[in-house]
Amino acid sequence: MILSRNFLKDYVDVDVDLKTLAEDMTRVGNEYDSAEKLVPATHLIIGKVLECVEHPDSDHLHCCKVDIGNEVLNIVCGAPNVKAGIKVIVAQNGAELPGDIKIKKGNIRGQESNGMICALYEIGIDKKFLSEEDKNGIHILPDDAPVGKDPIEYMKLDDEVIDFELTANRGDLLSMLGMAYEVGAIYDKKVKPVDLSHNESGEDLNKSFKILVNTENCKLFLARKALNVTIKESPDFIKNRLIACGIRPINNVVDISNYVMIELGQPLHFYDADRLEDVIEVRMAKKGEKLTTLDEIERELEDTDIVISDGKRAIGLAGVMGGMDTEIEPITKNVLIEAAIFDSVKVRKTSKKIVRSEASNRFEKGLDPNRTYMAMERAVKLLEEYANATIVTGTVIYDNADKKPKKIDITIKDINDRLGTNIKSEDAIDVFRKLDFETKTNGDIITVTAPTRRMDLSIKEDLVEEVGRIYGVDNIEGKLPVVPMKIGSVNKTERSIRDKMVSLGLNETLSYVLVNDKESHKYTNDSFEELKLLDPMTEERNTLRYSMIPSMVKIYEYNKAHYNKDVSIFEIGKGFYKKDNVYGEDTKLCTLMTGEYYLGINSKKNVDFFIIKGIAEEVLDYLGYSGRYSFVLPKENIKEFHPGQVAEINVNGEIVGVIGRLHPEVTKDQVFVMEINLTKLLAKKVSKMKFKDISIYPTINKDIAIVLDKNITADEISKVIKKSGGNLLVKHEMFDLYENPIMIGKKSVAYSLTFGSNSKTLTDEEVNPVVDKIIETLVKTFSAELRK
Amino acid sequence: MKEKLEEIASKAKEEMEKIQNLQELQDLKIKLLGKKSELSNMLKGLGELSAEERPKVGNMVNQVRKEIEESMAKAEEKMKAASLNQKLEKEKIDITMPSTKIKRGSKHPINRVIEDIQDLFVSMGYDVVDGPELETDEFCFERLNLPAGHPARDMQDSFYITNEYLLRTQTSAVQARTMLANTEKSPIRMVCTGKTYRREDDATHSHQFNQVEGLVIDKKELNVSLADLKGTLEVFVKKMIGANSELRFRPSYFPFTEPSYEVDVTCFKCGGKGCPLCKKTGWIEVLGAGMVHPNVLEMNGYDPNEYAGFAFGTGIDRLAMFRYGITDMRYLYTNDVKFLSQFDRKDEE
Repeated sequence: MILSRNFLKDYVDVDVDLKTLAEDMTRVGNEYDSAEKLVPATHLIIGKVLECVEHPDSDHLHCCKVDIGNEVLNIVCGAPNVKAGIKVIVAQNGAELPGDIKIKKGNIRGQESNGMICALYEIGIDKKFLSEEDKNGIHILPDDAPVGKDPIEYMKLDDEVIDFELTANRGDLLSMLGMAYEVGAIYDKKVKPVDLSHNESGEDLNKSFKILVNTENCKLFLARKALNVTIKESPDFIKNRLIACGIRPINNVVDISNYVMIELGQPLHFYDADRLEDVIEVRMAKKGEKLTTLDEIERELEDTDIVISDGKRAIGLAGVMGGMDTEIEPITKNVLIEAAIFDSVKVRKTSKKIVRSEASNRFEKGLDPNRTYMAMERAVKLLEEYANATIVTGTVIYDNADKKPKKIDITIKDINDRLGTNIKSEDAIDVFRKLDFETKTNGDIITVTAPTRRMDLSIKEDLVEEVGRIYGVDNIEGKLPVVPMKIGSVNKTERSIRDKMVSLGLNETLSYVLVNDKESHKYTNDSFEELKLLDPMTEERNTLRYSMIPSMVKIYEYNKAHYNKDVSIFEIGKGFYKKDNVYGEDTKLCTLMTGEYYLGINSKKNVDFFIIKGIAEEVLDYLGYSGRYSFVLPKENIKEFHPGQVAEINVNGEIVGVIGRLHPEVTKDQVFVMEINLTKLLAKKVSKMKFKDISIYPTINKDIAIVLDKNITADEISKVIKKSGGNLLVKHEMFDLYENPIMIGKKSVAYSLTFGSNSKTLTDEEVNPVVDKIIETLVKTFSAELRK
Repeated sequence: MKEKLEEIASKAKEEMEKIQNLQELQDLKIKLLGKKSELSNMLKGLGELSAEERPKVGNMVNQVRKEIEESMAKAEEKMKAASLNQKLEKEKIDITMPSTKIKRGSKHPINRVIEDIQDLFVSMGYDVVDGPELETDEFCFERLNLPAGHPARDMQDSFYITNEYLLRTQTSAVQARTMLANTEKSPIRMVCTGKTYRREDDATHSHQFNQVEGLVIDKKELNVSLADLKGTLEVFVKKMIGANSELRFRPSYFPFTEPSYEVDVTCFKCGGKGCPLCKKTGWIEVLGAGMVHPNVLEMNGYDPNEYAGFAFGTGIDRLAMFRYGITDMRYLYTNDVKFLSQFDRKDEE
């Protein structure tokens, strides 16, 4: 919403500079984006072109002599419409024009140029507001323009504008009058009355014209008629104020409807009365009904659109756009004026489809019915004054609106409790007076009458806010709540997993949860319904991820494209699903690794399956699941994984994750991923961390090596060793694996066995039989052969 | 006798000079001092001497023996030292060569900031709570006093997956969950941090971003007031942004709070002088806050006549960008390892 200071002055006059006004408005809750002069150009003066000849060295430049009162300047000008005898806007030496242009004495192709003759757009008036001539050349001032004087003042463009970003609840500020009440409250100034005086004549319009409202979605509809309008250009003050507020002037009649909307906040619609029947009907559109709107587009309507009809056909989309058939044209004689209130939600829905306009915006925010009556009177006043209209007696009224102001009871304790202040009762009442709210006091209770223009006020808390903002939040001293002491809590599991992963050398990422629907079922055999967005921004991100792996693969691809070969990343995030009609989300830990992981001369090592497996074990052990997990082949092949380098993580019989190498068809590089469903994993309780007695007796080490079938897994061997080793075997570790072509189908594995006891020093005599038993069992179980 | 001993001593000296290594030294030791050495033989022959001469000669022999032993020990020590030095010399390395290690990990800047925010509020007695990112319309809007058709819903175009379910547009959704979950209707002091989603994507907005939400509810008579909210946010801003930051409370509008405020802080780029970042105003809007709307209390089971509360929320992404001087928001989500690996150390105190 743009505020024009000249416009505001009609209703409240405050003597502060522009920046102060903008800042003070901001402090009471109306943030501004910019505050500047309407025409920001400086050093402008009215000049008369005395002489204009072709530039000797150019086919389009002119050399002009321009009288600016106390001197005659040589100016080179390129505009096609410059000629001797006209009065023009001259930017003198030192002038600053929008777009960081500074005017300096110069020389253009050998000719002295001491200033610049300006077009309106060069001094800061947007081209969209200008006539064709002004878009294409310098501005020619009327003959009575006084040479040597300020052209901005002469053109009445000496205005200042503030662009406010208003909050959604303050529809009342979408008008100069509303702004005046706000400014008046800040500076304690009374708002001046609106001039509604006009003459009426002829038979009462109610005798010849009817309004039918056949929908709940129109609470108020007023109609009046103005006859014999003269359509012409608006007076300067109307045009300039519209320009200042960002609206393009068209002609006096159309401009008046916009002017009243800006002034009072009530959108109006003017119809060419001669193209209407003698009735207006407001109803919901029929599905498929057609209307050509004034932008010349034929639109097919829906039954959620409110339409205005003249009994025979739709003539307008209520609150959004009029119909082309009945619009005001240069030949229009008689005007029917509509001032109405339509349902905000319906208007928003329709306008979202068609166009968001100044008018629809105001309907959406809600309107004050008392203001609707006022706007109607103001419109006929201006039509009479500036379009020579004859106003027909009477207003045709359909009124089902609540026009009574709300009364809200509040106490000074309510206010001070919420604000944490010690404001006195009379000071609060004074704030209400500044806001032009009536108050009545009865004991502790202050009854505040909130004017109908302030539709945002309905409960006590709303009044607390009013007092807070006008009293000044800056005047409230901050303190910390005095509440009972209490220990705060935070679950640090995720954080400690993150710390663990960082210590393992992984970089934490933050990926997008939205992926492409084709990716959402990848990297898993789990069954779930995919969660697609109803209205995605791009197809690339149209579905919520189930697995985090697609997100991580995207990051890997990005890094690959940016020359990062070594990528070891992790993230804790959410995976979403719908299963058996239940929506849910699990927290997952995902890791992706490729390239070098160990660094240093002779120690470099690329990531392989066992590194990612080591990462998985580190996490599981760290979380206390040591000894409760195993890595097992997936029951069913997961398409996106290398079929020979993949494992599911089984914790106490439940699959909680997967590790493996991506299938060569996914990427040619050796890329390994791990995903653990932390929600599932952490649901499994872990035992308390507890001290175990340390043996003071030495241990005995024995190494054994066996040759056996190559397909027997380390896990299987391990189980046998553990079982046959009994109590004395405290540790066993594979330390060598050897295969060669001569050992067809066989491999050699070596284990280091550690024996010990908590109660004594073991002897070879005690240990050797155990070793023999282990070997014997291995030989028996796997048809293994002992290597000596 | 004496001559013989002198001869042995000088011979021993001669031979010792020829010695090259510890083995030769060992051999010589046996030869000179062993059971079959001349010295041993001489000691054995002492019995043949007179009682008078015996101690005299014995002393002389032992004297020579002692001298040889001592010089041999010296030689041995010297040789051991030389051999150790030789070994150490061989093992000398270039200590400026690169070390052996695994890649160094790093924590994402946003999570660094989140952890600090959590720690700060825990120290003030807040509980850190969590809520779903896939939310229902009920918790994201309805229970926060945003009924269907409310104009403020325009401010947050959302990612819906059904008419009911959407990705949460604000961590405020957790407010309603926390209040409802508290069946005893006891006081609440909570913060929630996490991901939020809105249908916008441009140079300064990511469709996925992070917020922190705070909620305090207590008995009305404990004066849970705007002044308390102000004091709390002053602590937050001074800790998370800078001790010199000034705050400006600007009345604003959120459907779930009344009164509502937007909170500006001194522009962290120009310090309040005015620059393009703060649009020359000297202020940057960082927080939304206010007193919990009585409708919100009531809808979630707290009697507004008995309880009052305040709530606040802010975007974390920009706090992280400010803390680390990150110039472009997109860095936070493209996850270039050249970016990520910069955050590999402890934050300064």
